[in-house]
Order: sequence, then C-alpha cells, then structure tokens
Amino acid sequence: MSESTAKSGFSFKKLTHMKLFLPIVCLIAVLLSNLIKTPDFFKIAINNGVLYGYIIDVINRASELVILAVGMTLVTAASGGQDISVGAVMAVAAAVACQILSGGEVSTTVFANPYALAVIAALIVATLCGCLNGFLVANLNIQPMVATLILFTAGRGIAQLVTNGQITYVRVDAYQILGSYFPGNPIPAPIFAALAVVIIAYVILKKTTLGLYIECVGINSRAARLVGLNSTKIKFITYVICGFLAGVAGLVASSRIYSADANNVGLNLEMDAILAVALGGNLLGGGKFTLAGSIIGAYTIQALTTTLYAWNVSSDQLPVYKAVVVVIIVIFQSPVFQKWAKGLGKRRTAVPSAAAKGGAVK
Amino acid sequence: MEQEVVLTMRGTDKIFPGVKALQNVDFTLRKGEIHALMGENGAGKSTLIKVLTGVYEADGGEIRVAGTDRPVVNKSPQEAQNLGISTVYQEVNLCTNITVAENLFIGHEPRKAGFIDWKTMNTKAGELLRSLDIKAEATQKLGDCSLAIQQMIAIARAVNMKCRVLILDEPTSSLDDDEVEKLFVLMQKLKGEGVGIVFVTHFLEQVYRVCDRITVLRNGTLVGEYKVSELPRLQLVAKMMGKNFDDLADIKGAHTKGADLKDAPVIDAEGLSHTGTIKPFNFQVRRGEVVGLTGLLGSGRSELVRSIYGADRADKGKLKVNGKEVRINKPLDAMMQGMAYLPEDRKMDGIIADLSVRENIIIALQAKRGMFKPMSRKEAEEAADKFIDLLQIKTASRETPIKSLSGGNQQKVIIARWLLTNPDYLILDEPTRGIDIGTKTEIQKLVLDLADQDKAVTFISSEIEEMLRTCSRMAVLRDGQKVGEISGSEMTQEGIMKAIAGAGKEETGNV
Repeated sequence: MSESTAKSGFSFKKLTHMKLFLPIVCLIAVLLSNLIKTPDFFKIAINNGVLYGYIIDVINRASELVILAVGMTLVTAASGGQDISVGAVMAVAAAVACQILSGGEVSTTVFANPYALAVIAALIVATLCGCLNGFLVANLNIQPMVATLILFTAGRGIAQLVTNGQITYVRVDAYQILGSYFPGNPIPAPIFAALAVVIIAYVILKKTTLGLYIECVGINSRAARLVGLNSTKIKFITYVICGFLAGVAGLVASSRIYSADANNVGLNLEMDAILAVALGGNLLGGGKFTLAGSIIGAYTIQALTTTLYAWNVSSDQLPVYKAVVVVIIVIFQSPVFQKWAKGLGKRRTAVPSAAAKGGAVK
Repeated sequence: MEQEVVLTMRGTDKIFPGVKALQNVDFTLRKGEIHALMGENGAGKSTLIKVLTGVYEADGGEIRVAGTDRPVVNKSPQEAQNLGISTVYQEVNLCTNITVAENLFIGHEPRKAGFIDWKTMNTKAGELLRSLDIKAEATQKLGDCSLAIQQMIAIARAVNMKCRVLILDEPTSSLDDDEVEKLFVLMQKLKGEGVGIVFVTHFLEQVYRVCDRITVLRNGTLVGEYKVSELPRLQLVAKMMGKNFDDLADIKGAHTKGADLKDAPVIDAEGLSHTGTIKPFNFQVRRGEVVGLTGLLGSGRSELVRSIYGADRADKGKLKVNGKEVRINKPLDAMMQGMAYLPEDRKMDGIIADLSVRENIIIALQAKRGMFKPMSRKEAEEAADKFIDLLQIKTASRETPIKSLSGGNQQKVIIARWLLTNPDYLILDEPTRGIDIGTKTEIQKLVLDLADQDKAVTFISSEIEEMLRTCSRMAVLRDGQKVGEISGSEMTQEGIMKAIAGAGKEETGNV
C-alpha cells in the first residue's frame, strides 16, 4: 500500500519528508503574509547606489542573529543546553573595540589605535568568554543554562566597566562600514559578514569530522568516549566557537550604531538565537543538528519582526504578536501536531480502500 | 477440552518504513495459561506486543477480547489497561524513590475527602502483597527491594488493576536463578486464578519449565502455535531459525590453532588496578587465544577490562602491549595500541542511537584517524556495506538509524565498528546478552574465527556454557579481585562454579 502511494505522489512525499521542509514553509508563509497589506514587500529598488526594500531589510537585519544561530546550534547539539550569554558577550566585544578605537575617550572622530587591533582584541575577549563558558560546562559539568547565566548577568557589567559607564562613540566612517555598506557595493555589509560565517562554518563541518563528533557527543557522550572521542574537548570547542561568533556579531551590531551601548547591544538576542535553533527543527536536547535549519529559523524571526513593522505594529507591542506567531509555528512543528496531520492525510486516502476491504470481508 | 479464550488477534499487520514487521499474524490466549511468545530478534515479538497494548497502531487485522463482542482498537497502553491487558517490561517502570504501596496505587490512590487515604492504601497494599506471597512491606521504599521483588511488585500492580491478560516482556533477564524461581511461583499462582499470561523470553529452559503453549514467530510471520509437551526443544529452535539446526554443536572442534607462545603476549598486565573497582591483578592474553573472564555479576569482570582499556584509568600497575610498556590514560590511547572494547551495556555505552548504521560503524576508525582526516563518503559507505554483508546485519539500509534495529543487529553493528579498526586485541563484554540464539551462535563462531586470525580476545559472559564453547582459558573473579585461572580439565560447568564460589566461602548475598 505504501509503495503505490509512494509511486503516485513520489516527489511531493519526498519533499514533505525533508528535514528542512517545515522550517522553509514557515519562512515562506511569514513572507507571503505581507502580500495582503504590503503588496510591494518583495520590491527591491536602488536608491543612492544601494539596494532598498523590505526583503533586503530582512536579510540585512537578520545578520547578527544568523551568526549567533550558527554558534548556538553547535553548542546545543554537543551539550544539550544553550549559551544564554551571547547577547552580553556581544556587548563586551563592542565595548572593547570602541574603547580601543577611541583611545579611552567618550567620543572620537579619528581612530586612536589601528582598526585591526581593535577587531582582534574584541574577538579575543569574546573567545575568552566562550572559553570560560566551555570550561564551566565541559570540564566542571555545570548545566549550560547555569554556567552561561554567569556571563549573562555579568557581561553587561563588564562592558560598562570597559567603557567607564559611558556610551563610547566612534564617529569614523571606516568603523561604520561593517554595519552599513562597502564603498561602491549596493548590498549591505552585514549580509557579507553573515555569509562569510556560514560559509566558513560549512567548510569546517564538511572538511573535518567536527559535525559527526558533535552529534556523537550530543547523543551519547559515554559511548562517544569509549570509541575514542574526547567529549569534554568537543563540548569545550563548541562554546569557544559560540563565544567567538558572539564577538563577530557584537562588532557588526556596534558598527551599525558606531558606538558601544553596553545596555542595548545584542539585548535579548540570545533568546532569538535559541528560538532560531528550535524553529530550524533542531532538538534543544542535543544530538543531530541542521545548521541550515537554524539559519532559516533566524531569517524567519527577522522576517516576522519586519513584517509586524510593515503591519504598523508599534515596537512596544511587537513582542506580543511575535509570541503569538512563534507559538503557532512551534505547534505546527510539534510531533503531536504532525502525527495528527499525517493521520488526517492518511485517513483521507485510506477511506476508499478500507471501505472496499470491509465490503470484501462481508 | 478447549479452555475459554480471553484474547485473539487475527491477521495482524504492521508496516514500518521499508520493513513489514508483522504480516498476517494470529495469536490466541486462553484463560489460565502461560503462553510463550518465541522468536529470534527482529521476529516481531515486541511489535506484536506493542500493537496489542496500543503503543503502535496496527495496519491491519483485528483484536478481540473476551466480554466485548466487537473488535477493539487500543490507541494507548491506558486503553489496553482498561480492557484488562497489562504489561510488565524488562526494565521495571516503577519509581524507586517512593514506597511500595505508592507504586501499587499510583494514579488510582484511595481517597478520603479528596485527599489520599494513606492508611487504607497501606492496608490494601499489604493485603495484596500477602495474597501474592510477595515478601515486601507496603511502607518500604521500592528502591530498597531487590530487582526480583520490584519485578513482582510491577506484576502485583498489574494484577491489582484487574488484568485478565498479563504480558511479561523478558522479565527474567536481569534476575538470578533464585529470583527467577520466585517469579515462576507467582506466575503459577496467577495462572491458577485464571489470568492469561504472555511470556516473552530468550531462555528456552524457562519456557519448558512454566509454559503451556508456545507461539513462534519468524521474520514477522506466524510459524505456528504448539503445545509445549508436543514440541521438543530442538524442533523449537529449528522453527525459530527456519532451518535445521545442529543443536549448537561443538563449534570449537574446527578451531584448534590455540595460543601463540613464541611472541610476547599482546596484553600483559602486572598489578594493574583501579581503586574502588578492581584490586591489583596480573593478566595475560596471547595471540590466537580467547581468554574468558568469569565470576558473578559485579565481581569485577567488566571493571578489569575497563582498567585495561582505559575506560577507568588504572591508577597502579604496569601494562605491556606486545611486549612494550604503555601508558593508557583514555580509551583513544588503548585504541591506538590496537585494542577494541565492546561494552556490556549496549544501550548506554555502545550505540549512538540517532546516528545511522554507517556512522555507527565508522565512528571508531574515524576517531582513530582524527578530526582533520575525515573518511570520504564513498569509503565510509563501502566499509558499512562490507560489514552489513559480512555479519549479515538486518537493516533497511545503511542510512537507517541504529536505534530502529533489533538488539542483535545493533550488537553486530558495534562488532563491525571494532572490526573495521582492525584491532589486535578485542574485549567483548557480554556480546550475546539479550540476543536470540541464532545470532548468539554466529557471534560465538566469529569470536573463534578471530582467534584463528591470530587476534587476542577477552570474552565475558554470564552463560557458562557459552564460555566453555569459546574460551581456551578463563580467569576467575570474586568481589573485585582476580582469584585464579582455570584451564584444561578444570574447564567444566562444575569446575567453573566451584572456582566462582570459592572454597567453602559463604555466598555474600547481594550481587
């Protein structure tokens, strides 16, 4: 019976069984819903030599989230927990970069130190934050949520310390490039940053066995150890990567506002990153993961935000509507709902054959 | 003189993606009988039970229960329970941290004005336990009872829910002989009260001890239903395997090569120990030799090999591999020295459940090669296909998650994982536990073949017969200490028992 249906609806069935099917459907649904009120949602125009349009805005604004989602996916898969400190680590990285560039002043119009130095220092500090998280989780076996709670609470304080409690401004064009446009290029620069991170992550997972190791450790770390994997090291590595990527996201976010606002850079972004991982169809309990799913999840979240703005929802009411949509998407992807939907489809196709069978018996 | 039928299943079908798990299977259970459900791993026993109890939905067929004049469809174990069908699984599904009485009444506690009536509950529980001759106190914590008593309390709970059909899924696999005996007494008692019992087990002996009828399944189809008195053991095995079977004849006969005494031993442990689990021991294994480790459960058999393999880092002593002294700090070090370790607990320490058969096979070799030298997809697929073919692993494809394979096939995948690393020394800790008799023999033959190929093997099993069939020498352990070795003429059932028991020593009770 299953063979015959497989033959008639082969491609469709295969499509719906793909792992990324639901995340993609959710993203498309969110995007298409705009056609009702904002028919020009998909229109892309060139103004002043750069690309404009809602869709460009979605891709651009999602960049930091995409970068965070990559790290969050690996952390989740390996340790079965999440790194909730990434938003705070972004603020720390931004503070370090701005403070070095301003030379300790509150505001500057020229670089006090080389740009490269600031970037490298910011990334090193963020990576060290990742090392701390990794040490607490992997070596000391502290629950990820508890371990990363430390930097979640302390991180913004550290950023304040670095900037002496001020908002440090770097009013230099070169600093704003990463958050705006490369000269002469119409595509927003954050898109390239996100793209670079995704490509590098993809190449690393393809060219090394890190992905397989992470899945092994996430599924059964005892068995992983007995086949010669160093579970501790692998978990540690994922937190280090996550910290580093939070640093990259922090630099992009800080460049957008050419300042280090310790209280607002990356605020609540850790929750969006976790949500992106979940929306992508990944289990938050660890194990098998799909990076592409998380990335799609990240764009879905940003698409949702932009859509709600396009519907003229005011920003203070935004979380309410966002929550409603997220709940719908999550229910849609839940195993119970999927089983029910599958049963519904099956019943519809099975009814005639069952009736025929019943007739034959009697 | 047909007894009254309490349960019939007719034409049961169950299809999983790529596999027909059950095809047109009939099953009949009568009042007051113990009915064995037999078959190799993957024959469909568990699937049949899960369909019956509502864990799976059948794709075809009908179930009828006495007293209901229409087919029933169980959508959940709860519904099945309401119809009087209860199941007790291999792993006891009760809560060890609450009392026996609470476990018996959880979900339907006697109440007074909305609050739990503890006094009535404890009295009722006490009565129930007494009526079934279970030696436990109602107010005792369940965790303080032995595994056998816990098993019986699980049964008592089922009985208390007025069950007419009681399904026991491998209830004896973690019990010792005494405990099994107690369980059988309880089963007989329930039988006398008219409960129909479905008994799933791998132990032929137990079937012939207590059962009245046997239903045999093979590859998801019904082979037949037989009266125990009319089906000799050999024929039962033949029916399960679907071929004439030479009664697990002396497979050792063809393998005569024996240990290679010229070279240094592959493994030479001197005073190795791990504090708290195994006291200092000397242990040698040579090429071409299968050395058994025997002793009661918890005597330190697994702990000894774990300290060699680095699963527990040895804190004292020396280990020489092929004559060279080495330091093993972690499993990878041992693997680099050519060791392989099949752990005792397949589920917890062996399989990586969500990964595919292919990934499970290549993972050890891949770990050995390191993170920056990934195997190509082609190489991995070829390796997986080779071993699926060689060990006749029954799987829908190499990309099937290992968790959907039957236990015996999972074990074969783990064996393939280690054979792929081409080890000199294999540690096999209970490789045949919970595995059907056909696969068991295959694995035993494989062990002897490996020895023939000049590999050194350490074999651990609780089944003495199996040890006798495969090992050329045995080390005996007792209470975390290696107490001796036996070989040659001492290698008989009796000799081993004596060695395990020790001279005139009282048995220390708890395992």
